[in-house]
Amino acid sequence: MMWDEEHETMPREELEPLQLRRLQDQIARVYATVPYYRAKMDEAHVAPGDIKALADINKLPFTTKEDLRKNYPFGLFTVPLERIVRIHASSGTTGKPTVVGYTKRDIKLWANLMSRTLAAAGATSKDIIHNSYGYGLFTGGMGAHYGAENLGATVVPVSGGNSKRQITIMRDFQATVLLSTPSYALNLADTMADMGVSPSDLALRIGVFGAEPWSENMREEIEKKLSIKAIDIYGLSEIIGPGVAAECHERQSGLHIMEDHFLPEIVDPETFEPLALGEKGELVFTTLTKEAFPVIRYRTKDFSRLLTDPCICGRTFYRMEKVTGRSDDMLIIRGVNVFPSQIEHVLVSIEGVEPHYQIIVEREGNMDTMEVQVEVSEAVFSDEIKKLEALSKKIQYDIKDLLGVSCRIKLVEPKSIQRSEGKAQRVIDNRKM
Amino acid sequence: MKVEQIAIFLENKSGRLAEITSILAQKGINIRAMSLADTADFGILRLIVNDTESACQALRDEGFTVGKTHVVVIEVPDQPGGLASVLKQIKDGGLNIEYMYAFTQRSGETGLIIFRFDETDIAIETLNKAGVRILSGEEVYAI
Repeated sequence: MMWDEEHETMPREELEPLQLRRLQDQIARVYATVPYYRAKMDEAHVAPGDIKALADINKLPFTTKEDLRKNYPFGLFTVPLERIVRIHASSGTTGKPTVVGYTKRDIKLWANLMSRTLAAAGATSKDIIHNSYGYGLFTGGMGAHYGAENLGATVVPVSGGNSKRQITIMRDFQATVLLSTPSYALNLADTMADMGVSPSDLALRIGVFGAEPWSENMREEIEKKLSIKAIDIYGLSEIIGPGVAAECHERQSGLHIMEDHFLPEIVDPETFEPLALGEKGELVFTTLTKEAFPVIRYRTKDFSRLLTDPCICGRTFYRMEKVTGRSDDMLIIRGVNVFPSQIEHVLVSIEGVEPHYQIIVEREGNMDTMEVQVEVSEAVFSDEIKKLEALSKKIQYDIKDLLGVSCRIKLVEPKSIQRSEGKAQRVIDNRKM
Repeated sequence: MKVEQIAIFLENKSGRLAEITSILAQKGINIRAMSLADTADFGILRLIVNDTESACQALRDEGFTVGKTHVVVIEVPDQPGGLASVLKQIKDGGLNIEYMYAFTQRSGETGLIIFRFDETDIAIETLNKAGVRILSGEEVYAI
């Protein structure tokens, strides 16, 4: 089922003029109402009238998280607070939180985009949707909630945490769709095993997972352990929250970007020059229709590429390849770029190894050292030291082989790595002074 | 002829061994023999107990990684040269020992040696032929 077939299957030759018209309106409005954007555009010697084609977007300056922080809390809103009906904010673990606002119309748009997302995942009004995304300042919980209600489904607003209770509720209410972060889905699967609850005791058929990068191997594991179809969705609070892009259940490969509302670009992460369609780089979004908090060329720090081949589901929106890493998560170890998702890929490629790991980076003298802690599951455990040592050597070798970086492997007891109640903390970088 | 042994994964953290023994004590499980193999980062505790199933379950419930393997327990005279003659049989039979540990019985007349072979069945056959006394599981659990 498609939630908004008219737009989701719009021919490209109609979509692109629509995008241009919306872009021109958005830029004119932002220039007129937000002094900060106006100053940046003036500095770059670009005026709203210079945007004559979609490609002219590269004349506009980028917006970064730093710009958002400088305008903390409400400096980039285009409307007075009396027209703002909702505020969300990022957690602010790496500095001041970034604050976003929504008008009534924005909330309605967001709900519709999330309804599109859930419908693309295969959910319908008949589903019982168990929403484990955190409710609160984080956009995940309420964003998904409004979309699911708007779809007409039955929403169970559980929010994050207390996994045992979550499983009891999922079983008793016979929820058919799970919404959570992928790492929390694995946490739930483990807790189920501990409780002796099998997937057949539940009625789950679909999982809709987002808010953190996850690998194809992790998808396989979640699908197997929970006996569901796992769908990847993408969004970030600065753009709107969840509902920016979503996989279709027909293909489960590449996330259709809601291009009638968000204009994607891929730029070189170092030179920031636009890259050709299909090339991999940093994902940049411009909102086309948001009222309260539009962003222009927002650098997401997520790495992806745009896929333009027609999709079997009938949607004409370009797809973005599953995000494989973030420049934020990227570690530079002795000059080599390392993404936690690459370590995860190595681990789950080894039979029996589960993706419960943590990366600890230290600086000893002038030398960076990386330790990867891996939990020993019964599937890989042996009573012989040499077999466990061989396992840790294999992990070490495979990481070195893939990344070109040596690391130390530490085998740890099960559950000694803290389980995610939201976004998993994969990296502890002790180098920062 | 095979005896069940439990192996438990341990990080080198203080108090872990005490935790395991108290879990077993609470379940009324008696430890027959034990050995600890360790590296810089982790250890493997190997135990023979009077009730393997309950011990595994109790430890799993407490979140430990537990494995079960088969070992061979043989009896040797508790006197100089007692072990040497058995090891010679093992060498002559071309058997490969992964690890071994020993304990003596209360009576003090015989020692018990626990062997983990890479090929347990062949080892049992070879030792039987050589006339080495192999203890059954029941005998060991009931010591």
